[in-house]
Amino acid sequence: MDSNREELLKQLSAVDFTIIELNLYLNTHPYDQNALVRYNTAVAQSKMLRSEYERCYGPLTAYYSTSGYPWQWICNPWPWQYRFNFTLAGEEC
Amino acid sequence: MWIYEKKLEYPVKIKNPNPKMAKVIITQYGGPDGEMAASLRYLSQRFSMVTPQARATLNDIGTEELAHLEMVGTMVYQLLKGASIEEIKEAGLDPYYADHDRGVYPISAAGTPFTAAYIQSKGNPIVDLYEDMAAEQKARATYEWLINLADDPDVIDPLKFLREREVVHFQRFGEALRIVQDYLDCRRQFAIPKPKGME
Repeated sequence: MDSNREELLKQLSAVDFTIIELNLYLNTHPYDQNALVRYNTAVAQSKMLRSEYERCYGPLTAYYSTSGYPWQWICNPWPWQYRFNFTLAGEEC
Repeated sequence: MWIYEKKLEYPVKIKNPNPKMAKVIITQYGGPDGEMAASLRYLSQRFSMVTPQARATLNDIGTEELAHLEMVGTMVYQLLKGASIEEIKEAGLDPYYADHDRGVYPISAAGTPFTAAYIQSKGNPIVDLYEDMAAEQKARATYEWLINLADDPDVIDPLKFLREREVVHFQRFGEALRIVQDYLDCRRQFAIPKPKGME
């Protein structure tokens, strides 16, 4: 179960990083239509992965996310805890 | 406003405690070229920035720096967690331990507490963007020295990610500077527009 969570988190992190990168790029290249299409595609992908992650593993925000009972936001692990994260060390991109 | 997202921008998963590395990496948390200074610098400068492109660049890079601050804090936390008193003493971290135990506190590698004197917000868009480009290069260099000091792939991997972000930010600030220079029509002069009454 935890390896599923890590895999899903990895996919979500990759898509969200794409969004951050395109966001910064588009700020100084607002007329790049190709980049804009890629940005919009990544946002749609992120929405799907996000709702899948939240359905299985709890809220990613205490703002846009709904929670099961009891209040799920306070549940461990938090991002700074060792077991929260997946590893990319040793993997070549 | 900001909304916290319960994940890191890039994963930090360090198996082995290493107070020696914590002692130097903490400089990117609360040191002169660290992420706290970066985020405060850009998020403060954005109020007086000109052009939509440059305003958005400061706002969003400033926001990403907060995510980097969290990553560096996570690295320090994981490097100190489980470290024995002997290891802490051997790393020369006993003065830190006396004040903070294994908590994360914003200081430089040499132990200077964080100060806003590390940053500038000059109210002039050209001045601020030059400072920002310099800041990104200083942070890139710092990450390189930290990578030189590290031997654990779990530590090197996030440091390499953070180093690469400095390079991208430098590029984006360079583009923003060019846009602002065109806007102010002072591109060839490399000069600061004179205040009213001094034209």
